[in-house]
Amino acid sequence: MQDLSLHILDIVENSIDAGAKKIEIIIKENIRQNLLVLKIKDNGKGMDKNTIAKVLDPFYTTKKTRRVGLGLSMLAQAAKEAEGDFNIKSKKGKGTTVTAKFVHDHIDRKPIGNMAETIIVLIAGKGMKVDFIYEHHKNSKNFVFDTKIIKNELNDVPINNAEVLNILRKNIIKELKRIGTMI
Amino acid sequence: MKKLKIGDLEKIREKVRRTANLRQGKARAKITVHMGTCGIAAGAREILSALLKEIEKKKLNDVIVTTSGCAGLCSREPMATVEIKDKPPVKYVDLTAEKIKKILNVHIIKGNIINDYALAIGSERTH
Repeated sequence: MQDLSLHILDIVENSIDAGAKKIEIIIKENIRQNLLVLKIKDNGKGMDKNTIAKVLDPFYTTKKTRRVGLGLSMLAQAAKEAEGDFNIKSKKGKGTTVTAKFVHDHIDRKPIGNMAETIIVLIAGKGMKVDFIYEHHKNSKNFVFDTKIIKNELNDVPINNAEVLNILRKNIIKELKRIGTMI
Repeated sequence: MKKLKIGDLEKIREKVRRTANLRQGKARAKITVHMGTCGIAAGAREILSALLKEIEKKKLNDVIVTTSGCAGLCSREPMATVEIKDKPPVKYVDLTAEKIKKILNVHIIKGNIINDYALAIGSERTH
């Protein structure tokens, strides 16, 4: 994966596969503390302790189409390379929270990448069935994007309409620029 | 925390209502972009983005775009499956942004399968 926005897309696809109806993506950039924290929280089916113990094994997967499960292990590796930390908390029937921490200015820390495109692709694919909340904090500036609120306001206009997505994409890009995050 | 303003959403709603024929007829075609780890690493996000931009450009309101997980053929990613009403599904492989735009224009709009990009038609037949 070239950047963190692609890792995020991948992990959120896991959450969708786990039946989550609400997925929170939280990015916190704290330049003063030189820390980047990425959190993905879902209300999917969750995992038991045995499964959690195996998920970082690249040759473990619950999927039937292949015999490897690389998504979580690759994100864990990306965090490790940037002298960070990786953690999964999960409760069967309740959901899962994946947290990855990175040294912000570490030379091996992957760039955040195009979060606008990741969010738009998620909405296009599953936005009618799943609510996505994307929070991006950079120092004292914040951006919050909640598809549940947007869907309510759009009423009978589907959020995955291509024209709507284009307008939302522009809005996310504008807001990310406002808080000082590179696209 | 700053959020997308409600007034902005009202504008979006009214703008799309003016330009789109919402709820008029059911979808004629569905494109599923395979979004497993392998697909994402190979460029599936760019494929879906290019597709959305082309759909908006062409003002197509009867085409559904969705995503699925790994289809089990990681070496041929990015992949997408095109389903047109009453026709067998077609699985396209090794996609690029240009290829998916051509698939939209030639297969979805004109109804001609692009054999050069296709791996399989239906569930059994392969090229």
